[in-house]
Amino acid sequence: MNRMPAKLALANPKVRIGIMVLVIIVAIAAVGPYTTGYGPLDYTGDIGAPPSREHPLGTNTFGYDVYAQVVYGLRGSLAIGLLGGVIATLIGVAVGLASGYLGGLADEMLMMITNIFLVIPTLALLIIIAAYIEQRGIGVESLIIGLTAWPWTARAVRANTLSLRSREFVYVAKLSGLGGARILVSEIMPNMLSYIIMVFILQFGGAILYAVGLDFLGLGPTDSISLGVILQQAVLWNAIQLGMWWWAIPPGLLIAVLLTALYLVNTGLDEVLNPRLRR
Amino acid sequence: MALLELHGVSKVFSHGMGRVTVAVDNVTLEVGESEIVSLLGESGSGKTTIARMVLRILRPTKGRILYRGRDIWRLGRRETLWYYTQVQGVFQDPYSSFNPIHVVERPLLQALSRLKGVRGEEALRRVREVLRRIGLSPSEVLGKYPHQLSGGQLQRVSIARALLVEPRLLVADEPVSMLDASTRIDVLNIFAEMRDELGTSILLIGHDVSLAYYVSDRVVVLYRGGVMEEGDVSKVLDEPAHPYTRMLLDSIPRLDSRWRGRLRLHEPLHAIGRSGCLFADRCELRFNKCAARPRLVEYNGRRVACWLYQ
Repeated sequence: MNRMPAKLALANPKVRIGIMVLVIIVAIAAVGPYTTGYGPLDYTGDIGAPPSREHPLGTNTFGYDVYAQVVYGLRGSLAIGLLGGVIATLIGVAVGLASGYLGGLADEMLMMITNIFLVIPTLALLIIIAAYIEQRGIGVESLIIGLTAWPWTARAVRANTLSLRSREFVYVAKLSGLGGARILVSEIMPNMLSYIIMVFILQFGGAILYAVGLDFLGLGPTDSISLGVILQQAVLWNAIQLGMWWWAIPPGLLIAVLLTALYLVNTGLDEVLNPRLRR
Repeated sequence: MALLELHGVSKVFSHGMGRVTVAVDNVTLEVGESEIVSLLGESGSGKTTIARMVLRILRPTKGRILYRGRDIWRLGRRETLWYYTQVQGVFQDPYSSFNPIHVVERPLLQALSRLKGVRGEEALRRVREVLRRIGLSPSEVLGKYPHQLSGGQLQRVSIARALLVEPRLLVADEPVSMLDASTRIDVLNIFAEMRDELGTSILLIGHDVSLAYYVSDRVVVLYRGGVMEEGDVSKVLDEPAHPYTRMLLDSIPRLDSRWRGRLRLHEPLHAIGRSGCLFADRCELRFNKCAARPRLVEYNGRRVACWLYQ
């Protein structure tokens, strides 16, 4: 398993397809804004126009260019996913490692906090927090998502740590004079690196999905745009009923394709890293 | 003063809901300078728990463990580091003694650097030297991952790590039970050499009476967490006094005898609590006194916990 894990992972078709799609999507987000002359909130003069050479994805009721909105919105959604995913993964891994390795009272306290976070209805909490903060940027949105999404990661990492810390190589490290923090970082954590990578992918997708949910309820960023915000406005202004499919379908489809790609990478990696699922 | 002393050491594991397992029950024993002491007992007798308590992995529930008169569970950070320069361990499973994601020499270099202050070229030189000394060729081992070596090779590397530290006491928890017969004797010979050449004391934990007989100076026979009999090998294993020691010796398969139909089974005769003699559940010589716990008493040159001798 040590030899060329990247090569091994790419040999799996699910991982390959998933990563290919992700690369394309990231490329769209990176390059897209430079391929259009419009900003996401620039009035173009055309209202509700169907796709054309000038407007590849048409314009909406307000005269905004939908293509510009989608490529900028994709940037926003990816940023939320990345930031929210990183925050949730970091907190979850840190709490799980500490809780599993320290044991005793520290474990009890940390797990109590984790369980409280776990039973709080997250979406309801997110709605309340989001409604309280009047000026919401992408940073704030990913922060609230990250701060509520970590508990299950913490529990899983704790369970993993518990099983690893009673392995004999941990005792050997202790006998060799290594301190607790060193053992945790250099002996225990590398053994779950593959797991942590998979957790991050799940958290990344989860954060995007949660953000779309918030946006859709009108609690998304107030000063920037994301795919969820486009969808929300499309639904609010009856895009489908008015036949403006180019307003609602592209952002929705992009979210679906993005999450499918993440899911493919995740299950593919699971097959690579978990020998029991290998065919 | 003995090198290592255990005074009334007990370890109780609780599983919640008030259920407990008494793994080690009021054990008192000593390991002197340059001697090999075997802890003998079947699985569940508490021998591994004792090893882990001596290595400061598990904290005793009761009692004190003294190294050169100092309580090992009251050491500060620096003193703990010092303790590990004096006392080292080798574990039963060579495969799980190595971190699968690191090369095998890593723990050796770590021990040298943390405990001996030796790093760089000098550390590598010492690692090569110690590998040769225990019969491994450095080029076959260095830079390899655990799954690339055999169990026997790994166990030797494991012992090499302990040897590098040059401890005064080595705690070896079933070091040969996962090795095949031909490599077992090699490992035991290494231990005997350590004792004779470096004066290292060894607490050898095992269940194999013949291996204990091969290298030990003294044996401690454990059953259900308590000491049954303890003394010089020549006394305890040549003229066993305790019914359990006799049973252990009887159950060794011999080269010159084949299976002759019915094997004498030693199933528990009664479910018995922990208030009486711990061996009373399987003892065929049980009598009314055995409802109380016998103390360890001197008898014919060894110490034995049995009502037959007091």
